[in-house]
Amino acid sequence: MNNSLLIVILASAIFYGTPLLFAALGGVFTERSGVLNLGVEGMMLIGGVSGAWASQHVGGSAWFTVFASILIAMFAGGLTALLHAFLCVTLKANQTVAGLSITIFAGALGLSSYFANVWKVAAHPVTRPIRKLDVFGLADTPVLGPLLFNHTILTYVSWVLVAVSSFYLFRTKTGLQLRAVGESPQTADAMGISVVKYRYFHTILGGMLAGIGGAFYSLAIVSTWVDGLTKGAGWIAIALVIFGFWRPDLTLVGAYLFGALQSLGTTLKARSFHISGDLLDALPFIMTIVVLVLVSSRFAHKRLGAPAALGVPYEREER
Amino acid sequence: MTNTIAVHMSGVVKRFPGVVANDGVEFELRRGEVHALLGENGAGKSTLSNILTGLYRPDEGTIELNGAPVSFSSPRDALNAGIGMVHQHFRLVETFSVAENVVLGNPDTAFLLDTAAINERVKELAARYDMAVDPEARVWQLSVGEQQRVEILKVLYRGAQVLILDEPTAVLTPIEADALFRTLRAMTAEGRTVIFISHKLDEVMAVSDRITVLRGGRTVGTVDTSSTNKRDLASMMVGRNVEFTRVQRKTPAQANDVVLHVENLGGHDDRGRDALHGVTLTVGRGEIVGIAGVAGNGQRELAEVIAGMRHATTGSVSVEGKVLQSGKARAAIAGGVAHVPEDRLHTGLAAGHSVEDNLALKSYRSSLLSRFGLLRRQAMRDGATALVERYDVKTPSTQTAVRLLSGGNVQKVLLAREFSTGPKVLIAASPTRGLDVGAIESVRERLVEAADGGLGVLLISEDLDEIMSLADRIAVMYEGRIVAVIPADKADRETIGLLMGGSQLEATS
Repeated sequence: MNNSLLIVILASAIFYGTPLLFAALGGVFTERSGVLNLGVEGMMLIGGVSGAWASQHVGGSAWFTVFASILIAMFAGGLTALLHAFLCVTLKANQTVAGLSITIFAGALGLSSYFANVWKVAAHPVTRPIRKLDVFGLADTPVLGPLLFNHTILTYVSWVLVAVSSFYLFRTKTGLQLRAVGESPQTADAMGISVVKYRYFHTILGGMLAGIGGAFYSLAIVSTWVDGLTKGAGWIAIALVIFGFWRPDLTLVGAYLFGALQSLGTTLKARSFHISGDLLDALPFIMTIVVLVLVSSRFAHKRLGAPAALGVPYEREER
Repeated sequence: MTNTIAVHMSGVVKRFPGVVANDGVEFELRRGEVHALLGENGAGKSTLSNILTGLYRPDEGTIELNGAPVSFSSPRDALNAGIGMVHQHFRLVETFSVAENVVLGNPDTAFLLDTAAINERVKELAARYDMAVDPEARVWQLSVGEQQRVEILKVLYRGAQVLILDEPTAVLTPIEADALFRTLRAMTAEGRTVIFISHKLDEVMAVSDRITVLRGGRTVGTVDTSSTNKRDLASMMVGRNVEFTRVQRKTPAQANDVVLHVENLGGHDDRGRDALHGVTLTVGRGEIVGIAGVAGNGQRELAEVIAGMRHATTGSVSVEGKVLQSGKARAAIAGGVAHVPEDRLHTGLAAGHSVEDNLALKSYRSSLLSRFGLLRRQAMRDGATALVERYDVKTPSTQTAVRLLSGGNVQKVLLAREFSTGPKVLIAASPTRGLDVGAIESVRERLVEAADGGLGVLLISEDLDEIMSLADRIAVMYEGRIVAVIPADKADRETIGLLMGGSQLEATS
């Protein structure tokens, strides 16, 4: 187990990057359909508290509990996203405002904390957390062990998900139509593609993945519930979608980069490096700000391949 | 085969709030023909084709497709029945490849995309109809003409038997237009049918087998192209024997005392293409010069260049001999140009602001209305109250938001503001469009009154009657050029109609 510092940082980058990856992949789907989702943080927290609650209340084998907790977190995140879709697609609300209100409504001082209180989730630690696996018994292999064979089940799922998402977006008819809805809903509508259905479906899908991301915090990283558990990971995920050019593969790279930044504090403290912990904790957010400033110019937006209709409610042209 | 009826529309009526767009239209389409739908803007061509493609539902009337009655509730229905529309404004996903756009939304496309096979099929289809386009190119890289081919391919790929092209040559170069006509011939040779919507007489004569002329939402008639000529078509299009009286002027126009001189003016449209080609024009003191033309032939650009809202690429605009700085609205205002834009609630006024704020928009810098950069509210209110009274604006108060007023009163506010700056020239773009009869009268009276007072007026309008009754001289615009300037007392509707349709004067002799 005497791994070099680099390997430890890389391994924990993958661990801390996993929830970011789930939430950001969700964001890729949602934004590809033309819906901007600033409610990711709220959806993650709702997923987190529901997952923690499920883990404390669902019986059966340890595996079944974990499975059920993740499923319930997905469901809760999806339900929150349904509200966002209703606001943005059906009511054609301003998407920025709708997303912000969802994060405020469901976030650290809102619904997620209320549920935690009512369900007494914070009273006990999560007894059946999502544990790291020892795949093929290779976890102790030098270098490759910690990098490839010693992760939680969700990390492996996320790898499959990245591949499936890329395939779906760029190699299937449905993916093509999804991208058309995000680029030019007028065109999609004229070609008989239901803009409303695509936007609802992918906004909800995005919320489900954000829910898993939140559950990863309460079931794997912290293994207990504290209010505002995700500490702004939802915002990082939103930045990651842009950082990854709305592509699943690049989003994975970004997620692990930010995962590394997030884990740096913990890792270095454990190795008794003396750097201000606050500064290290702030790193991912400083990076988020830098990324968002860099890409938020109109010019960059065009070049980076943001869906052209992102954030614009679709209304049919009527005379 | 050619005598079989592909589409028969009968007694089609479509009403929109305040306007009957189709008022009992009869339309019959034979299989394998190129059938032109000819008419001025607002004649009901687009409404009719939107009904046929399922975008609108007719209020009355029947549609028969191959002899069987049909009723479409969406463009998809129409497409499934074999009727496809090539819109004037393309519906394309710019970041997608040509082939991706063509297969988009097609129910026959397999779930897994086989890009190579799709590219191959699109390439074959393009070749079959003599269309040069690379299936792998991204749409944003293509010229407008190529993008139009993609639109046509989309409809063909869906297996449409009837294709509707809405003003397809409006965006094309002459060479591209010729290529399009070859493609249309290739399609009809295979038994497909084409509806060709246009207001250009030359190309309608060149490309169609039969022509149906619409005017004011009604069918004027259907004629064989081989047995008609441009002159007859023009008079069918604009109508004749319409009674109109020329307005009596108190002070005659002084065409020789030039107040507005436009010299060799060039300018771009919003997409950066040349929209004006060496426009030269004068307006004399107290003269009303009407600009006739079908919308989109450079009128809006001309108005905006003169008003300083758009840069001139060539030439100059001068008022009373002084050249105005190009592209500077403030310079135009200071030079004495007043402007009543086409879109009064967005370009002309700040719709959410009060009547008094809007009335002060052009004069707030004067010491009368502001001091040390602070507005003098009381003075603004007094000035607004006086203007509201003088121009008979019906508004609850001067603090009412402009958007809450009726169309006629909005236009009165705009005119009041423009006249209040003491202009020398007024550019009025479609000043009566969308107003009720009473408001139209009052706006026209104001224009004549201002001209009697010595103001030079450039009146841009699609309403030929309006121009013929108000203007002293009539300039006809076509494709960014002034093709003729005719004194109003020598003008007749037929000649102007021909010129608006792009025919040269020799056709009128």
